[in-house]
Amino acid sequence: MTVPNPRTPWEALTHRRFLLGTWPWQALGHLLGTCLLVVAVAPLLGLLALPWLVAGSRLLVASSPSLGSSLAMTVLGAGLLAVGLPLVAVPLAALERRRLRMVDSRPVHSGRPRPSTEDRWRQLRTWYGEMATWREVAYAVLLVTVGPFLCVVGFGTLLVPVLFLASPLLVQRGGAPVILGFVSVSSTPEALGYAALGLLLLPLAAYLLALLAGAHAAVARALLHGGHEQLRAELVEVSRSRARLVDAFEAERRRIERDLHDGAQERLVSLTLRLGLARLDLPPGSTAHRNVVDAHEQAKQLMAELRELVRGIHPRVLTDRGLPAALGELADRSPVRVAVRADLPDRLPTHVEATAYFVVSEALANVAKHSGATEVVVTARRDGGLLTVEVADDGRGGADPERGSGLTGLADRVAVIDGRMFLSSPAGGPTLLRVELPCSQITPPSA
Amino acid sequence: MQPDHPTVRVVLAEDGVLLREGLAGLLERFGFVIVAAVGDAAALADAVAEHEPDLVLTDIRMPPGFTDEGLRAAVALRRANPDLPVVALSQYVERSYAAELLDSGHGERVGYLLKDRVVDVEDFVSTLRQVVAGGTVVDPQVVRQLLNHRRDPLARLSPREHEVLALVAQGHSNAAIARQLVVSEAAVGKHVGNILAKLDLPPTEDTNRRVLAVLAYLRGGADR
Repeated sequence: MTVPNPRTPWEALTHRRFLLGTWPWQALGHLLGTCLLVVAVAPLLGLLALPWLVAGSRLLVASSPSLGSSLAMTVLGAGLLAVGLPLVAVPLAALERRRLRMVDSRPVHSGRPRPSTEDRWRQLRTWYGEMATWREVAYAVLLVTVGPFLCVVGFGTLLVPVLFLASPLLVQRGGAPVILGFVSVSSTPEALGYAALGLLLLPLAAYLLALLAGAHAAVARALLHGGHEQLRAELVEVSRSRARLVDAFEAERRRIERDLHDGAQERLVSLTLRLGLARLDLPPGSTAHRNVVDAHEQAKQLMAELRELVRGIHPRVLTDRGLPAALGELADRSPVRVAVRADLPDRLPTHVEATAYFVVSEALANVAKHSGATEVVVTARRDGGLLTVEVADDGRGGADPERGSGLTGLADRVAVIDGRMFLSSPAGGPTLLRVELPCSQITPPSA
Repeated sequence: MQPDHPTVRVVLAEDGVLLREGLAGLLERFGFVIVAAVGDAAALADAVAEHEPDLVLTDIRMPPGFTDEGLRAAVALRRANPDLPVVALSQYVERSYAAELLDSGHGERVGYLLKDRVVDVEDFVSTLRQVVAGGTVVDPQVVRQLLNHRRDPLARLSPREHEVLALVAQGHSNAAIARQLVVSEAAVGKHVGNILAKLDLPPTEDTNRRVLAVLAYLRGGADR
């Protein structure tokens, strides 16, 4: 299969105009750079591995070293490698990622999260804990072990046709027979023949170089590119932080509810009670009496409003009595007749209760507003680690999550705790809303 | 002091200090005698044992758990002494609370009210007196919610009979109901008779059947 715009040497190989394009030169350049790097990095890694090399060579030459000193050498070497390798490998990897662009136009990232601190020392320490770092170390080790063979093969591949091509010149200049691998050439016509062969071999060498450069690029990408890893890690973190946010939000609501309930509400009831008492002691018809009666009525109004407000923030009955009682209360308040079948002997985790309550509350509000239903059945049951809540009405159906944000909001809320929501609402009804909420944690029944 | 009422000795249990003082003030203003005002369920049980009051007025939600400690204590007290008048104050309408309370004892001398009712001081005090006198009182809001959603056998009741039953549940006498609905007392008696018949309540002693009618309401709440 031919790729129209090759992005790597391997893709370019299948291209008809491969030899005429820049890919052979890119591959050559890349390999050249690789070999230079091998030469530069190998001594550094050799230095780090020195204790191990020494210990190994002592064993080989059997100069009867003491066990202790061998062991010490091995441990020292391990420590040196563990600390030193990343220090070499990480900058090397950064350089290699830049170089990889020469033969691979796809983006390549380290997969490291953006450093959260300017503190270099701390950043250095985080290196040692990252998967990416140790993959980079593996790359560095591969580079200095397999890299030399890559270079030898690569330049061997190039050298043969070049020498063949140059053989006529060499023969003429030197006069002496020229050794080309297994053959020796001594006359110009013979050399011309080899030159022709070299000319034929040259394209083959280009293909081979591209193959080698492609292999190197593939290995480098596999070890140095962590794009998906980073994305996955970020996604996990995002969904965790979303769950944390919702939890914190829910906890905050409960706190506000509790504060209002134990504070403002209690005081207001007490204040209203005193106003109710005060109006008894004032002569009816007096201005004072009228004012106090007025204040008493206002305070009662405020009490009712505050109770509704607090209830909307977080229903007390849910906190105190759990989901079945809270669903029963919702049913009682609904203008549509609602039957609740909630068979839940144990209390559920608070976030599950809150979500289930929210879902039923919203669903009942929707039923009352849009469905024209006369009867609703709410069921809640738990099978092992799964709470299933269903709201079924006999209304006209046609509920569509695409229109109106109510159902989307429900789905979002359910998704936060890894739940699932199903909706069946054909035109003409009936409508069935079902949510499944995982609740592994078992809380003992209260009171 | 109002001489037309016998002195009622009250044990009051409410954890909010402000409200406890307010309630004590209110009750004393109307001639009740507060023999003990306590802040939790355990102290309530002790105080009742010590003072043997004529009325227990308790908040349902109390320390240490802040759920239904007051209700538990009230139900236990009535189990020990079924004739002990108890009025429980609830933060919200919870039918199971009301049903449990009414199931305790003989279903008489018991009241379940929303806490907010205390601010209508005269109504509240008359409710307490009804309970002391042997009545059964359920908060109007509980009754209203029940009526909204009641099915058989209560569905067989006419709207007027619903209205009458609601007032019965609130502890009103036939005469009081007649005044409120602006009909004759005989008409109310007829409605009550129809209600009892429709609810298949056996014709025994009158108050008991009225209580049973209220209980039928609340039990109906079990399947909602």
